[in-house]
Amino acid sequence: MTESVSLKYETNVAVGIDAGNLSMNHIIQVRELSKSFNGTTRAVDGISFEVYEGEIFGFLGPNGAGKTTTISMLTTLLRPTSGSATICGFDILKEPNEVRKRIGVVPQEYTADEDLTGYENIMFCADLYGIPRRISRERAAELLQLVELESAKDRKVETYSGGMRRRLELACGLINHPQVLFLDEPTLGLDVQTRAAVWQYIRRLKDEYGMTLFLTTHYLEEADSLCDRIAIIDHGKIVRIGSPKELKDSLGGDIIELGIQENDKEEDPTLLILGVEHVKEVKRVGPAEYRIKSELGEVTAPMIIHRLISNGYHVSKISLMRPTLDQVYLELTGKSIREENGDQTQFRRQRATLRRARS
Amino acid sequence: MSDVSGLPEDMKKAYGTASSTPSAEPSPHSRSAIIDSSPWHGLWALTNRELKKWYKNPVILLLSLIQPVLWLGLFGKAMNFNAIFTDGAFSIPGLDIPKEVINQLGNMLMLNVFGTSDYFSFLAVGMLSFIVIFTAMFSGMSIVWDRRLGTLNKVMSTPVARGSIVMSKILSSVIRSIVQAAIILVLAVLFGLSTTGITPLGVLGTFTSLALLSFGFSSIFLMLALRSTNQNTQMAIVNLLNLPLLFGSNALFPAGFMPEWLQAFVKVNPISYATDIGRQLLLGAGGMASLAFDFAYLAAFAAAFSAIGIVLSWRFLTK
Ligand SMILES: Nc1ncnc2c1ncn2[C@@H]1O[C@H](COP(=O)(O)OP(=O)(O)O)[C@@H](O)[C@H]1O
Ligand SMILES: [Mg+2]
Repeated sequence: MTESVSLKYETNVAVGIDAGNLSMNHIIQVRELSKSFNGTTRAVDGISFEVYEGEIFGFLGPNGAGKTTTISMLTTLLRPTSGSATICGFDILKEPNEVRKRIGVVPQEYTADEDLTGYENIMFCADLYGIPRRISRERAAELLQLVELESAKDRKVETYSGGMRRRLELACGLINHPQVLFLDEPTLGLDVQTRAAVWQYIRRLKDEYGMTLFLTTHYLEEADSLCDRIAIIDHGKIVRIGSPKELKDSLGGDIIELGIQENDKEEDPTLLILGVEHVKEVKRVGPAEYRIKSELGEVTAPMIIHRLISNGYHVSKISLMRPTLDQVYLELTGKSIREENGDQTQFRRQRATLRRARS
Repeated sequence: MSDVSGLPEDMKKAYGTASSTPSAEPSPHSRSAIIDSSPWHGLWALTNRELKKWYKNPVILLLSLIQPVLWLGLFGKAMNFNAIFTDGAFSIPGLDIPKEVINQLGNMLMLNVFGTSDYFSFLAVGMLSFIVIFTAMFSGMSIVWDRRLGTLNKVMSTPVARGSIVMSKILSSVIRSIVQAAIILVLAVLFGLSTTGITPLGVLGTFTSLALLSFGFSSIFLMLALRSTNQNTQMAIVNLLNLPLLFGSNALFPAGFMPEWLQAFVKVNPISYATDIGRQLLLGAGGMASLAFDFAYLAAFAAAFSAIGIVLSWRFLTK
């Protein structure tokens, strides 16, 4: 998608809307959005962010972080307790119907009707948008082809596998050719292979239709491989926003782990290593084991080895690790995302979804 | 981006012109331009979905018929009031009353009590209302299911009018009720409902009244389910209301012999009016009120509650 296309589009939609909102091509703008349930739980706590047109924006956070609640508000299903948001320039509270016309939603649950066939389900979605049959038939055929469900389209959905259901949901979410597609945990409960396949479909659909994607996930790999930018959300608050690379770079570089034979020399080589260019931090993590934080690890590591050897040390092993989102998450929230568990309702819902994904 | 024409991008896509340039960004205006935005669009799609789930699953249809048929068989045939009152079922010692007189008396008793000389026919018409109420009660369940499965959220994220969502449930319940009532009526005729007084117009009138009854009660039960996420609560409500509603009407027994307080309830219970219409039109029985009043009462009931249902759906479907 070229810049001029998106600019032209913005001016098209801008008619009659506060121009200040559209200074950049922000297709989603969120201001201080909050939601409390029963007056107590603050599920979403004053979040603000923008999503650029045409990007894949990811919400990464553990179960119960407030991802679904945010999506529900943006897709006009839940009324915010406070704050505001616009999508394609339309306020989610003041003009919800205009928002609904322009978005597609693939919810966390499998919502397709089990008693109906895949084709009937997709046509049902089309009818909800009031798309004339003449057009919806063409679109359904095209989408079913894209998600490779053509051969299964006349089977009841209850016979579908988890991956097939997800693909059907994707197709349903795109039947109105939305400008923004919301995906809530698009690969929840799928095995690793199917998950990768679903990513493929998502990328393919995005290439074909060129929409903006807003997705939530608690899989780090998913956020990393799919998203242009990520917001890390924890306890209803956004802790950091950036591209996966920016987030990882914010950790301060690569990790080099080094083993030396210490008994060669009695001296601690820490100072020696710290003298190498780009090295930021050296920690002794065990007997003769050092963990080094450094930028440009692949260049720095050989330099460290060189300096150690020329100073009479014996390097017995070395490893270089790129920072992962998991480490970013750990650094920002103080806990690992993999260990976290949601609360009871969350758990029950998710289990139901998992059951269906595996059936 | 190809600058083919003023044709909306969707049309181009539909006709295959754009498929050669898949990366072309469809103009956002045309994306929504083709959308039908009449307030009731999607109503038929939603209704049709409910109906499809129903008629594609004949087991559910059969199960829903079992209960009224059992009632017809057990109550209608076993509680043979005709036999009780006629053919020497009772005799008064010391008096030698001729059989014809007793039969005559019995028939008069039946006519006085039930408005018809045959309890089975009396009950059969009541069963038409019964199946309507039963179907309406479960219309609330389907919205609870849709909420639990996430379908409701998906539907609500589309531009479908909130009123359409509720109205589709009401409509599908009305259509189901009518079909089921028709089956019950046919079965009743097979089992011996007297057909002498039945005219096409009478049948039409009866089913109109049943549709109105269904409209009103489906709306009520949907309203009760609008915010509910728990089908057990819904089941409890159904179980709580179902028998009182039925016994507190003239569907099973004539109101004339009920205690005063119950009669008062029967008089406001819309079931009584639908049954009254059926008995007048199908059996030629003397009515509780005039046909015009019956219809007016039911129409007001249906209109009031479906209107309240739609208004509440605007308010309560979005949390
Ligand atoms: N309808 C609701 N009523 C009460 N609490 C809710 C409701 N929906 C979500 N919550 C609570 O809000 C928090 C965030 O939930 P959610 O947005 O679903 O998290 P996520 O999608 O990130 O896993 C959780 O603590 C959850 O229990
Ligand atoms: Mg969630």
